[in-house]
Amino acid sequence: MKQWRFEVSNKSGFRDVHGQAVLSEIRECGIRSVEDVFSTKVYMIEADFDREFAERVARELLSDPVFQDCALGRSGAPAGPMPASVIEVHLKSGVTDPVAESVYSALLDLGAGAVGSVRTARKYILLGNLSEADCQTICRRVLANDCIEEVIIGADAEPPSPHTQPYELNVTELPIRDLDEDGLTALSKERDLFLDLKEMQTIQSHYRGLDREPTDVELETLAQTWSEHCVHKTLKSRVEMDLDGEKITFGNLLKETVFKATQDLNRDWCLSVFSDNAGVIEFDESSAVCFKVETHNHPSALDPYGGAATGIGGVIRDPMGTGMGAKPIANTDVFCFGRPDMAPNEVPKGVLHPRRIMKGVVAGVRDYGNRMGIPTVNGALYFDDRYLANPLVFCGNVGLIPRDKCFKHQQAGHLIVVVGGRTGRDGIHGATFSSGEMTHEHEDIFSHAVQIGNAITEKKMLDTLLEARDRELYEAITDCGAGGLSSAVGEMGAELGAEVDLEKVPLKYAGLSYTEIWISEAQERMVIAVKPENLDAILKLFGSEDVEATVIGRFTGDQQLTLRYQGREVGRLDMDFLHEGICKYERKAVWKSPASAEPVIGLKDDFTEDLLAILSSYNVASKEWVIRQYDHEVQGGSVIKPLAGVTNDGPSDAAVMRPKYDSDRGIALACGMNPCYGDLDPYRMALSGIDEAVRNLVCVGARFERIALLDNFCWGDCRRPETFGTLVRSAQACYDGAMAYGTPFISGKDSLNNEFVCEDGRRIAIPATLLISAIGLVDDVNRCVTMDLKQAGNLLFVVGLTKNELGGSHYYLVHGHGGGIVPDADLEIGPETARRIAEAIGEGLIRSCHDCSEGGLATALAEMAFAGGLGVEADLRGLPTAEDCTRADRQLFSESNSRYLVEVGPDQYEAFARKMLNLPFGQIGKVTAEPRLVIRDAKKKAVIDSDIRELKEAWQKPLRW
Amino acid sequence: MEKVKAIVLRAAGVNCDLETEHALELAGAAARRVHINRLIEDPALLDGCRILVLPGGFSYGDDVAAGKILANQMVHHLRDALVRFIEEGNLVLGICNGFQVLIKTGILPGTDGGGALNLTDPQATLTDNDNGRFEDRWVSLQPGTDRCVFLDPDRRIYLPIAHGEGKIVTRDEEALEKIREGGHIAFRYVDAEGRPGGFPVNPNGSVDSIAGLTDSTGRVLGLMPHPERFVRRTQHPHWTRLPQSEEAGDGMMIFNNAVTYIQDHF
Repeated sequence: MKQWRFEVSNKSGFRDVHGQAVLSEIRECGIRSVEDVFSTKVYMIEADFDREFAERVARELLSDPVFQDCALGRSGAPAGPMPASVIEVHLKSGVTDPVAESVYSALLDLGAGAVGSVRTARKYILLGNLSEADCQTICRRVLANDCIEEVIIGADAEPPSPHTQPYELNVTELPIRDLDEDGLTALSKERDLFLDLKEMQTIQSHYRGLDREPTDVELETLAQTWSEHCVHKTLKSRVEMDLDGEKITFGNLLKETVFKATQDLNRDWCLSVFSDNAGVIEFDESSAVCFKVETHNHPSALDPYGGAATGIGGVIRDPMGTGMGAKPIANTDVFCFGRPDMAPNEVPKGVLHPRRIMKGVVAGVRDYGNRMGIPTVNGALYFDDRYLANPLVFCGNVGLIPRDKCFKHQQAGHLIVVVGGRTGRDGIHGATFSSGEMTHEHEDIFSHAVQIGNAITEKKMLDTLLEARDRELYEAITDCGAGGLSSAVGEMGAELGAEVDLEKVPLKYAGLSYTEIWISEAQERMVIAVKPENLDAILKLFGSEDVEATVIGRFTGDQQLTLRYQGREVGRLDMDFLHEGICKYERKAVWKSPASAEPVIGLKDDFTEDLLAILSSYNVASKEWVIRQYDHEVQGGSVIKPLAGVTNDGPSDAAVMRPKYDSDRGIALACGMNPCYGDLDPYRMALSGIDEAVRNLVCVGARFERIALLDNFCWGDCRRPETFGTLVRSAQACYDGAMAYGTPFISGKDSLNNEFVCEDGRRIAIPATLLISAIGLVDDVNRCVTMDLKQAGNLLFVVGLTKNELGGSHYYLVHGHGGGIVPDADLEIGPETARRIAEAIGEGLIRSCHDCSEGGLATALAEMAFAGGLGVEADLRGLPTAEDCTRADRQLFSESNSRYLVEVGPDQYEAFARKMLNLPFGQIGKVTAEPRLVIRDAKKKAVIDSDIRELKEAWQKPLRW
Repeated sequence: MEKVKAIVLRAAGVNCDLETEHALELAGAAARRVHINRLIEDPALLDGCRILVLPGGFSYGDDVAAGKILANQMVHHLRDALVRFIEEGNLVLGICNGFQVLIKTGILPGTDGGGALNLTDPQATLTDNDNGRFEDRWVSLQPGTDRCVFLDPDRRIYLPIAHGEGKIVTRDEEALEKIREGGHIAFRYVDAEGRPGGFPVNPNGSVDSIAGLTDSTGRVLGLMPHPERFVRRTQHPHWTRLPQSEEAGDGMMIFNNAVTYIQDHF
């Protein structure tokens, strides 16, 4: 067959968007020697057609003649005075190439006759005098992902061969019975098992009892199943806590705090909690909603784009794998990064620049979420330099599921079917790797732990799975996430036992060992249990929409996990030992309340500059650049969008969706997170997170009595008692807060060891970070309220008490002050305030409502004003304050919890005041037509006076990239 | 009266099919979603159908170029069926990715005559937004022709866009002139007062602010904005500021006109 090579590039005069994006990334790496970049798409086609047909392929299929040229053959560097480097990026042999698959089918559609193979590549011409070292950096950091791609430099070098070596069976035993302590530790390290000595000893004694050695696949299965990522051993451990000198113990931390709140509240609308892939709550008579938030931190640190894309792709499969499978209806995303304007030389070796991480993460979530057709409706961004080497990427998904499909019922005799993507070497050891700390060498050693996503594969699978579910063609479903098949089959068969023939698993390419097949975290795969009599029907359904599905084994009933390869047994594990055999941990924790002095700040007359500085701080600044890249309206259910106001650019408190076309019932989503508070008081940090998440939901019109929470703990190394102590305090607050607000936790996840060891041994640990995600019901979406001011002449109220609580506040942050008192939550008045505001909104008494949080009262007023395009005349004499909060700056910028800013029409004043009876509330001003924010102090002097356009510009400018 | 039959075409990566089906049903049509594989197996599924809608999404992952692979499939497997469908007086609507498909089959802009599938000599195409990013925002649209059956020529509408490849470019100035003179410009991006402008009024840098095109029959419409995402009041981005009214969203204009046209002509 002939080898045809096609090169497609833009005609001059048409912007090379991809080339320019590469150029800007190169500059972000600090490389200045590249003057310009031109990108070319390369197609290599092995086929029988002649030149005339090849020209037709070039014109009709591969290029767009309106703005592209397509050349046959291989072109060299362009002539000209500027030195040019030619770099081609090819996929490594065997890596799936979806574009090539599409082109292959399209060629057949065109009538190309026999086509051997199609491969694609990207080619870059870099203009400029670039050094060998710069060229290497560009290839590694910008152009190619070493895990799946290969770079060839120059116009003559040969592209990699498309052929891979087949695998020859070699069953490997790993002798463990006679190892001493050092030997066990060495074995764990050598195989990247991330099992500690105690766990290795537990396994050792198990195999001594069995009187044999484990095979590699058995040990790997145990390592996956017992990884921190999968089993949460730290949070479930027995804890001895020293709390300011007082001893407290927990038999199982999680069960006695977060879980216990859910049990004690015992709400009948919680349908499935902490047991399935996502928590499930009632929506209406016929439907339920499920919600899950996961983190994908370590992969995103190495490969921001791929890590974030597979993060969202992975969490979408959680609702898809909950009960009998939910339909995903919304995504949420919360990210924590280092400062995006950090000087490149401050970034340690082995770490990507925060701006690059942020751009990659946003692009990854954008491309995967948008392609899946799931609106990304809610999120948040936090910046702190301690996230520099350990960025946090929280991805969440909400699904809608019929009430009668909330539970699985797999039985012995059902077939195990793997659906969706093929299995490759990507993502090997993801679960174990993400359970450990990172070092500067991780980007080299663990490139294989990064998964590769293909949203269209997942979308096709989703479409057919939902149909199969409704036709009742399968009995149980779960996702292949961390740990791959080992976790999916291991969990699904935990009670039954399972046998799997590993050579039956469809592979992306030849050469995988049975162990690699078993633990690969290749994406877009689900495992289902199918009755033998339904097999033909379900395979036909998948086939009709080009979705691959393969029987790989069956559930047995013998409580054993049996693994075979080509008929030979390669592993056998007792399900009970696998799931219950892990040793119990005891951990020490300590918390000593710091002596926290109030910083000394001089008095002054005008705080306009302070307000502008807070609005321009990265945490508060507008996130519009991110939000607009997400499709937040697909599926047509959007009611309250992330951006609100007269010009659609104000910051909404929460998102609301109407998921069913025939019902006005809605779902509201929000989050709360205050890592700035945790350094001073992790207990109050967690309470504040709960109060904030609830506040946000209430502000848009969610029903107070129907709010459920998720917890995501991201912490440093909890083997340090001081670090673990902050987690224990937060967990205690989760219990107290959930009980007080009546908000059960329905699911959660933790990610520990978010620390980085620099080349010089310096250690960077993230701040204690608890994300509280909240989901609420809205009885009638037509009653929802947004935060933008609506009409001049309306009255403005503050509900809730302003106290001297500025510890960790943005006022202190922008001035570089530590110390101070962290906002507390009044566990009686806080929930009562939320309940009354929710009722007032439900009764139509409120025109706009905004949560008073980061940046305090002044910031919230500014946001309401510029979002509504209206002004405010406010007077601090109307502000309900605690006795110790008399200074104007504290009143303006305190971040006390449980406070709401509310706009009420003059005709509703009395009804509203009656509703708020006995709560701390006061009128602080009114809405004006003049576009100025003016706030006066007790002496009627303006302490803030600014045009709202100036405030808005300060707020929009920092992240307007 | 029997309901007007409509088909919403599905394919791998298409993701706006359900809300598009819903919008058609709100307009009184009987809509069903059909996978391209079924239509290729049996083009007769189009018989009796009066409205074919290609909805938004990322068909085949936008491999090669947005809409390209699905367009290629349609041209090579469904050419005759499609040409006949249009010639018989039926309606075709392409939204976002569906518009990209229609332009890549050569059905739009259709300056060579109705129903032509012109792969070899395309007059216009859709390419990357000028800002290089996917963009979700609301835009005002001014009709640019009075002979497209989907629109009210004097009614300016407000709809969301959500795309990364929505910039219309033409082969040359002559092609643009033909599009203008032939009345092929269905919609232009304008500001709230109806004037064209730069970003964000024209969100992607389209030539002559073009947001949608119609063919020479006026019975084929392709547009980048999403009419199916504004069929009820609470989808408006600041509906909480607007006076209470029962009026449906602007997007319904397109679906209602389509159904009415069929009812009037068949």
